[in-house]
Amino acid sequence: MKQALTVILILGLSLPLFAAAQNDSPKEVPDVETIVNKANVVAYYQGKDGRAKVKMTITNKQDQKRQREFNILRKDMEDGGDQKYFVYFLQPPDVRKMVYMVHKHVGPDKDDDRWLYLPALDLIRRIAAGDKRTSFVGSDFLYEDVSGRSLTEDTHELIKTTDELFVVKNIPKKPDTVEFSYYNVSIDRKNYVPMKMEFYDQEDKLYRVIESKKVEMIQKFPTVVKSVVSDLKTGSKTEMEFTDVKYDIDLEDIFQERYLRRPPREAIR
Amino acid sequence: MNRPCSITQVLAILFVWVFSLPVLAADTDDTDQNAGGSIFSDLPIEIHGFYDSRRGYRLRKDKYEKDMSIMEDRLQLDLSSYPEWGDLKVKGDVIADWVTERGDFDLREANIFLRPNDFLDLKVGRQVLTWGTGDLIFINDLFPKDWQSFFIGRDNEYLKAPSDALKASLFGDWANLDIVYTPRFDPDRHIDGTRLSYWNSNLGRLAGEDAVIHTDKPNRWFRDSEFAARLYKNINNYELALYGYRGYWKSPGGQNASMSQAIFPDLNVYGASIRGAVGKGIGNIEVGYYESADDMSGKNPLIDNSQMRYLAGYTQEIAKDFTAGVQYYLEQMQDFSQYKDNLISGPARDRDRHLITLRLTKLLMNQNLRCSLFTYYSPSDKDVHMRPNINYKFNDNLTGEIGGNVFFGDYSETFFGQFQNNTNVYVGMRYSF
Repeated sequence: MKQALTVILILGLSLPLFAAAQNDSPKEVPDVETIVNKANVVAYYQGKDGRAKVKMTITNKQDQKRQREFNILRKDMEDGGDQKYFVYFLQPPDVRKMVYMVHKHVGPDKDDDRWLYLPALDLIRRIAAGDKRTSFVGSDFLYEDVSGRSLTEDTHELIKTTDELFVVKNIPKKPDTVEFSYYNVSIDRKNYVPMKMEFYDQEDKLYRVIESKKVEMIQKFPTVVKSVVSDLKTGSKTEMEFTDVKYDIDLEDIFQERYLRRPPREAIR
Repeated sequence: MNRPCSITQVLAILFVWVFSLPVLAADTDDTDQNAGGSIFSDLPIEIHGFYDSRRGYRLRKDKYEKDMSIMEDRLQLDLSSYPEWGDLKVKGDVIADWVTERGDFDLREANIFLRPNDFLDLKVGRQVLTWGTGDLIFINDLFPKDWQSFFIGRDNEYLKAPSDALKASLFGDWANLDIVYTPRFDPDRHIDGTRLSYWNSNLGRLAGEDAVIHTDKPNRWFRDSEFAARLYKNINNYELALYGYRGYWKSPGGQNASMSQAIFPDLNVYGASIRGAVGKGIGNIEVGYYESADDMSGKNPLIDNSQMRYLAGYTQEIAKDFTAGVQYYLEQMQDFSQYKDNLISGPARDRDRHLITLRLTKLLMNQNLRCSLFTYYSPSDKDVHMRPNINYKFNDNLTGEIGGNVFFGDYSETFFGQFQNNTNVYVGMRYSF
C-alpha cells in the first residue's frame, strides 16, 4: 500500500524525455542560452499536451530486473513554464491503479504540488515536496531527470561544437544541494534533442550517464522513445521506453481530485 | 478449519465461479469481439489480486484471548471492467482464518461508477470511502473502520471497511459537493472482545472472549440510514472542505437501559478542514463538532456526550527518502460536569484527551525496503500505541513484512492502555498478480 508511496515519492514526470523540436540550423553557432532554452523546450514541453505509455526496466548489478509501467498525461501551462502531470500506474501489481499527480512550478522557491491516490483506501494523500535528486520509483532516473532541472539552477558554457553536436557544460550555482560537481549535455544540432548527459563527481570522475537511444519523429516532433541511465558506481541501469506517444490531444483539466478518484479513460488505457 | 462457515463459503465459491465466467467469455471473444452478442462480449475483464499469508503472536499472556493474534491466509480477487458507459468493479477476499477456525468471505467492493454528464459522478454499491485530512486519525470521515484489523496486524488497507452506499459527486465552478447516502447504517468493525481484550466498564476490569460485547444495531433499510456530505474547493492548491454527517456513533457510543447491550446512539457531525503546502512540507487542520443527539444535555450516563475534536498536522521530507509527520489531536468532552455528576461507575474520564502522533518513514535499497514507525502518544491518558513495520519487496510480485502493535499505558481503562495485553508481532508474505 504505502509501497505505493515508495514507488512514487519521486516520480515526476516523464514526458520530458520525449521530444524535440525541429530546427534546420545552419552552420553558425547560437549563443549558449539559446541552445539550452531550445533543448529544454524540446525535451520537456513538446506540443501543448501529450500522453505516453512508459515502460521502465531496472537492472541491478546482479542482473535482477524490476519493471514499472505507467501512463503519463501532461499539459503545459506555457512553454518553459508550469506543467501538470497525471501518472497512472499499471505495473507492478501492488501499485496498479495508483495515481500520482504533479502541478510543477518553475518559479523560484515555489515547490511542486504533488498528490497520490491510493485506490484500496480511496485515499488522496498530499506528498511533501521532496529532494528532487532522489530516485524516481526506485529506478536510476531521478525525479529531476524526468521532470527537468530548472535552467536557472546552473551556469551554462558551450565547451565543444562538432558537426552533429553542441556540448554544454552545466555547473550548479548551489553545489551543496546536488551530488554532482558538473554535468555535460550533448545536444543534437539539427533538432536540439539532448542525446547524452554525463555527470561528474567531486573528483572529476564520470559516474552517471543518461543516453537517448532512439529518437523518432512523432507527429511533427522529434521524440526520444528510448533512453537509458547507467549508474557507473552501483553498476545498475534503467531503460525507459515510450510507446503510444501522442501530442496535442486537447486534454481537459483532468489534473484535479475528481480524476484522481476516477481516472479518465485516456489514462487507464 | 473445524467449522467451515457454510454461507460465506457458498458465497465465496459463487464469487469465484461467477467471475470466472466472464473472464472465459472475454478470453474467447478476444478475436471475435462483436460475435455472439453475449452480455460479456463487451466486457473484457481485468483480473488482479494477491495471496497474503500472515502469522502473529501476542507478546504478553492474555487470559481472555488466544496466544495467536493473527493467523490467516487470504486470496483477494479484484475484477474490473470498463465498458463505454461506466466502470464495474468487484473485489473480494476469501479467507482461511486459523484464529477463529473459520472460513470467511469479505466482499470489499461491488460497485458501478457512472459519469452521466460533466457535473455529476455516481458510484453505487459496496465501496470504500475516505475523506478528511488526518493520518490514521479521523474526524469528519465517518465511513466504517475496521479497528480489529488495524490492531492485529492486517495490511492498512483493511482499516477501511466497505460501505453499502450511493455516492453522488457534483462539480461546479464555485465548489464541489459529495453526498453519500447509506440506506442502512454501516457501523465500524469495532472492538468487541472476540480478537482483542478490552476494558469493560460494567465489569470494571479487562475482558475478552469471556465478555463479548453484544450490540443492538440500527439495521432497518432506508430508516436507519446515514447521510454524509462534503463541500470542497481548491484555492491555489489549498484544499478547503466543509463536512456534515447525520447518522450514528460508528462504534458503540452507549448502552441500553439494562446495560446488557451496547448501542449506537444518534450522532450528527459538523466540521471543516484545510490542507496545503506550508514551508517545505504539507500542513493540515481539521475540526469537528460531534453532537450526540440522543443526549444533548450530557446527563445520560449511558450515552456518550457531545465532543469537539481538533487536529493539526505537518509532514515533511527531512532527508533523502526519509519523511516525518507529526499530528496533534484534541478530543474535548462537552457538558463535562453533567458527565461527572451522573457517572454510574468506574473512574471518570478526563474532559480533554490529548493525542500526539509521529510517523517516520525511511526508504532504503532502491526503495525496495521501507522502514516505518507510527506512534500514538496521549499525555493525558498516559498511554502509547506504536506500529513499527519493515516491508521488503523481493521482486515485483513478492513482498514480505514484519511488524508489531505495541501498547503501553499507566491505566487499564484508557483508549490504548486497555489493549496492553494485545501487544503483538506479526510476519506476512504477499504475492500480488
